[in-house]
Amino acid sequence: MIRYSILLFGIIATFLIAMFGLTILPKIFIDEGVKDPTYFTPFEVREGHRIFVREGCIYCHSKQTRPEGFGADVERGWGRASEATDYRNLLPHNLGTMRTGPDLANIGARQPGEEWHYINLYQPRAINEESIMPQFPWLFEVFSEDARPGRDGLNLPERFRIPGMKILPADEARYLVAYLISLDQETGVQ
Amino acid sequence: MSQAKKSKQRKEFNVADLDRKARYVVLFLILSGVFWLLFGTLLALVASIKMHLPDWLGSAGWLTFGRVRPLHLNVMVYGWASLTGAGVSLWMLSRLLKVPIPLRGYIIVAGAIWNIALLVGSIQILAGFSRGIEWLEFPVSTMVVIVLCVIIMARSVIVMVMTRSVKQLYVSVWYIIAAFVWFPLLGLVSSFPIFDTPTVQAGMNWWYAHNALGLWFTPIGLAAAYYFIPKVLGRPIYSYGLSLLGFWGLALFYNWNGFHHLIGSPLPTWFITISIAASVMMIIPVVVVAVNHHMTVVGSFSAVTYSPTLRFVVFAAMSYTFVSLQGSMQALRSVNEVIHFTHFVIAHAHIGMYAFVTMMLFGACYYILPRITLREWHSKKLIKWHFWLTAIGIIIYAGALQGIGIFQGFSMNDPDVPFTDTVTMTIPYLIARSVSGILMSAGHLIFVWLLIRMVFQPGEQPETPLIWEKIRKEFAL
Repeated sequence: MIRYSILLFGIIATFLIAMFGLTILPKIFIDEGVKDPTYFTPFEVREGHRIFVREGCIYCHSKQTRPEGFGADVERGWGRASEATDYRNLLPHNLGTMRTGPDLANIGARQPGEEWHYINLYQPRAINEESIMPQFPWLFEVFSEDARPGRDGLNLPERFRIPGMKILPADEARYLVAYLISLDQETGVQ
Repeated sequence: MSQAKKSKQRKEFNVADLDRKARYVVLFLILSGVFWLLFGTLLALVASIKMHLPDWLGSAGWLTFGRVRPLHLNVMVYGWASLTGAGVSLWMLSRLLKVPIPLRGYIIVAGAIWNIALLVGSIQILAGFSRGIEWLEFPVSTMVVIVLCVIIMARSVIVMVMTRSVKQLYVSVWYIIAAFVWFPLLGLVSSFPIFDTPTVQAGMNWWYAHNALGLWFTPIGLAAAYYFIPKVLGRPIYSYGLSLLGFWGLALFYNWNGFHHLIGSPLPTWFITISIAASVMMIIPVVVVAVNHHMTVVGSFSAVTYSPTLRFVVFAAMSYTFVSLQGSMQALRSVNEVIHFTHFVIAHAHIGMYAFVTMMLFGACYYILPRITLREWHSKKLIKWHFWLTAIGIIIYAGALQGIGIFQGFSMNDPDVPFTDTVTMTIPYLIARSVSGILMSAGHLIFVWLLIRMVFQPGEQPETPLIWEKIRKEFAL
């Protein structure tokens, strides 16, 4: 026979102890080392992070590299093992749990070229025929060839071009790419 | 006065009274849940097909994979499983404690508000205002509203326990009380804005996400298993002692499991190690519950052929054992090194939420709905189709994705394999997943058709259920 009061006490106690252990205790241990009110994130990067979250990139790309000897993240050239201090101000966190696509913790160092990112975001199949990444055409603007003289459209393969038109990154694409390029373990802090 | 009050409290209700009073509130919660099941199924198909046809519906922002997939999860979790699970729990509690569900009007209003919150949250995710935390993509406002609605239901649970007209609290009651205490606490803690650095938030994220399954859906699912298996078979549960061990084992260990989602991440290793240890300890309550259920069913296994409830519930209970033991293994570092970041985990989550929770709720619906509507299911054959489509669907799903997930993991850990190969190797299995999704969707449509026939088109009402005739006669239910 289990008494109601004991039952309720046990239910709440088991919950609170574990909650303290897994949410409050990590906060006490980690926060101090990573909270840095003076740390400055440029506007473009901040906006880019917002778009990264909005488009749900995290459901296919993790943003954490595992230590050497545990998986092959380092051997694959995805960067050194991530540390808590790599992650500072940008919320929500983007550690991720899935690698349908490659890890992005160090993508800025691995792919520093903006043009590469623009093409990959506009049409991933233009970079890698076998990619299953979604396209993000709503981050781009289509202009006629004559508009905006001096700005070249994306250098897409023939089959992805729109005849007589050129594709230029809109602000959102520029922010997102600024964010992706800022993901560099040596210089940037995410 | 107190004498009169006491005698009033001890008033015996017969099951017909209880079911009649539970009718509208339970029906409303179940039907709401089923609506979200259909919506979530549609989202699941879109997300699944997009994995192998990436340009399909590719030009609209609100239909991109990264918005549809989290919405699928949120709708299934907070819509289908939570609403239907709450309805099933309240009904079971009313039966077990022999008191009518109190606060029925409030619960219906709360349910309506809950539905509106889901609708608003869904639009927000598709429009790009996701909170961006897995399992918590609904904006905080939606989450808080849902938690308040659950608190109203929890209040009803507590009132039922306080005014019960039976002395003993059956094991299902423990689980239901626990679920209705744990979920509001979980939801509230996860909504506090104190987790304001990324890694700490990641910790909270997986503490929450694992506990949403472990402390909300699992207790509801197990309460249903503990209720329906003995009920349908008409025999008591095998062991009270094992029930006790199973319950407290779950309360002690499941709470600590969350960080096994963060193995290899930059969080301090000792937190993760605690979670790994707790995950392995989960073997105790899981095996205990499995033995308890198995010993109850043993000898009467053939009953699954004539009771659709038992068939779904037994399938679900077996899935629970399987998925939990698998989970304990997955938490081990050596296993996690391979399967983390692969489709294996996706399939694991679906065995938990679908093969266990969803199948359990289907089983419960097949039992509860005829009793609260006093109408009969219209087709025995279609119920069988529902079972086999969904059961075969989830088996194909799990088999395909877990099979390839292991190879995907090994390839990912072999730096000589180009990364693209780890993607292309999964494509045939992702297509198999879409096929399994179509099977499950067909099962859901059959279920909805049966439900519509029962609820909205009364037609001819047989005296006794076609399928449970045998049981009903024998045990006078």
